[in-house]
Amino acid sequence: MNIFLGRLAIFITLFATWELSSGPLIDPFFVSSPSEIAGKFYELVISGRLFSHGGITVVETLAGFVLGATVGIGVGLLLGRNELLAKLLDPILVSIYSLPKVALAPLFIMWFGIGIEMKIILTATIVFFLVFLNTYSGVRAVDREQLEILRLMGAREHHLITKVVFPSAIQWVFTGLKLSVPYALIGAIVGEIMASNRGLGYLLQDAAGQLDTAGVFAALVAIIALALLLQAIVRMVETRLMPWKKDLGDREASV
Amino acid sequence: MPVALKAITTPAGAERDERASALIQFIGVSKSFTVKGVAKQASHSINLSIEKGEVVTVVGPSGCGKSTLLNMVAGLFAPTEGQVVYNGKAVCGVNGRTGYMTQSDHLLPWRDVVGNIAVPLEIQGMPKVQRRERIQELIKLVGLEGFEKSYPSQLSGGMRKRAALARLLAYDPETLLMDEPFAALDAQLRMRMQTELIRLSRRLNKTVIFVTHDLDEAVALGDRCLIFAGRPGTIVKDVPIPLGEERNILQLRKDPRYHQLCGDLWDFMTPSLNDAAEGNRA
Repeated sequence: MNIFLGRLAIFITLFATWELSSGPLIDPFFVSSPSEIAGKFYELVISGRLFSHGGITVVETLAGFVLGATVGIGVGLLLGRNELLAKLLDPILVSIYSLPKVALAPLFIMWFGIGIEMKIILTATIVFFLVFLNTYSGVRAVDREQLEILRLMGAREHHLITKVVFPSAIQWVFTGLKLSVPYALIGAIVGEIMASNRGLGYLLQDAAGQLDTAGVFAALVAIIALALLLQAIVRMVETRLMPWKKDLGDREASV
Repeated sequence: MPVALKAITTPAGAERDERASALIQFIGVSKSFTVKGVAKQASHSINLSIEKGEVVTVVGPSGCGKSTLLNMVAGLFAPTEGQVVYNGKAVCGVNGRTGYMTQSDHLLPWRDVVGNIAVPLEIQGMPKVQRRERIQELIKLVGLEGFEKSYPSQLSGGMRKRAALARLLAYDPETLLMDEPFAALDAQLRMRMQTELIRLSRRLNKTVIFVTHDLDEAVALGDRCLIFAGRPGTIVKDVPIPLGEERNILQLRKDPRYHQLCGDLWDFMTPSLNDAAEGNRA
């Protein structure tokens, strides 16, 4: 069976059911309808509001993502190669990690105001932990024998870091990055919902405030599109940086 | 190398000379590890001397200190008692004149064949042009032409072993320490790799210490076979294998001397295997 056609069939069935039952069966006030949402979305695109608000969210997400990922990779490498430091900082990191990061939003609003900075910091905090933990695990998981074999070749610490530790950890780093994409959006969108007059989160909140169900759905569609786009970018960078993994997925599994 | 061979075939008379010129010497070596505060002895009273150019195979049941022996030659850990002497000097810290190969090939999955072989050359700081030439040479040597740009995940087990061997030879270590490198290969491939190893080590005059579980392999490859036994382990027998340096491993199967030697090793090993089995049961 052609997977693509199957998916398309499910998609069409779903939307047709939604379209037809909206009105006769369910109050459109709650569920709106695909045609209405499409119209609203088109309106957002034409008026340029989608791009102005979406742009803000993209900037927040990307800046937070890059900031959090950079610091996360750095700290992960540092602690991964320095067991003593890792042990000393463990309680602090565990305490902050166990905190739902969104709970920090009010504090960040107090510190950084309701501007773009607060969303960037919130996003960065969320991304930091995911990337840091994965990088740290990656560095710890480096094959000890592998390192010894390189030492026999005369390798020093900087050789080990550049030739083994970092490339080996990078797969874990990317697992962290891929996990982070939806969470990075949580940071930006929640930040916007809580306090903002710009961004897709604001658009969402604003539409809900006017009881505009189609508007809410249109904003959700925009957020989904953004998430998929970011995910695709991360994947693209991944295959670029790790060409040896490219055709791994195409091969049949073997033991 | 003829000197080494003579020393092996006439063990009694040449022993003193052999010691004087030995490349690797173990003098009363014992090693214990501390696991959770309890010292556990891995091997004891090992006395051994290996000539340059010799191929020495090491057999014995698991856990009797065969790998420990290799690690001490490589300087990855120091003996608890006694001394390991390499080329007239006590081994202290990583011994850069040795190369290590284990059952897993330890190729870097993010580098292709050329990139993997380049690792030791990059560490040495060899200029790029020279490096390229040397890598081409090595690829030819191990028969990996046409797979220069393949990643380890795209290679078969045998080709990965070849790549690992090329990388090992790239930095030209004097001594090859091999810890069951061919254990995971099928019989035919193993025989081919054995042939390659013997050919290359003879041609490049390498000293080889080769740990294996396979007694046939120990006889086929070695000029000499060390039998380890006991927990903690020690060398219980040092068997010369006078099959000649330029032997054909494929033809060995038809050689009665080969079967005699394998049979002798089996007879010698079986009691120790029985002991080990009983020891485990108790």
